[in-house]
Amino acid sequence: MADPMKIRAKLSGDVADVRVLMAHEMETGQRKDSAGNVIPAWYISKVTAELNGKPVMKANWGPAIAKNPYMQFQVPGAKAGDKIAVTWVDNKGDTRTDEAVIN
Amino acid sequence: MNQTRRTALQVAGGVSAYAALVSIGLLRPGQANAEEIAAAFKTQGIAETLKALGAEGAVESADVLINAPDIAENGAVVPVGVGSKLPNTEMLALLVEKNPNALDGTYEVAGIAPQVNMRIKMGQSSDVVAVVKADGKYYMARKEIKVTLGGCGG
Repeated sequence: MADPMKIRAKLSGDVADVRVLMAHEMETGQRKDSAGNVIPAWYISKVTAELNGKPVMKANWGPAIAKNPYMQFQVPGAKAGDKIAVTWVDNKGDTRTDEAVIN
Repeated sequence: MNQTRRTALQVAGGVSAYAALVSIGLLRPGQANAEEIAAAFKTQGIAETLKALGAEGAVESADVLINAPDIAENGAVVPVGVGSKLPNTEMLALLVEKNPNALDGTYEVAGIAPQVNMRIKMGQSSDVVAVVKADGKYYMARKEIKVTLGGCGG
């Protein structure tokens, strides 16, 4: 199981500033190991965010997102105490969901 | 760890990668163009990728914003922001012209402000292109980022 994400969601006015840091190798499939074998691609291919269970953002990623991906976006119409949940799925089918309370 | 097992797992992972991408895309409800998006991640160069995204003929617009440094010291971690000032923005995408596959990511922004910041990899100095879909039309902007140390070669 993958390591947990770090999610910070801070409210200013009625806009929540959400910052997400995921722990993932994001291997491109372009690199070779010391023996010259290609290291297979291993990357997060889908990311979704939900505000109180309602989808607000869906992303499709390729392997060119940097290792341990960081993402920042703003959710309008949020209130203190609302829950923001972020889910990722990688190309091996592994998945992880984490949640944070907006404050 | 058992070396044979590790090798076997790596091979299996590589083979199933494309299948997994497609099946996840197909299973996802409410996205008619999932197959197109999976194909768009395989293309090279800006023109072909735009075509795969269905964004051919995207118009250059000053309302498409790219927030990125002029010079990136480390190509493995380049902070880039993509935004749009156009009304009814539905989708943002980021392309890097000279990466092995140009498309970096797409974001459907139904419920968030049309501005996403992320960190990407760049193999070498290149133009980055932001594509925005607003009101069913495509717009784009372009910016050059110089990379002093590449991030895709390892």
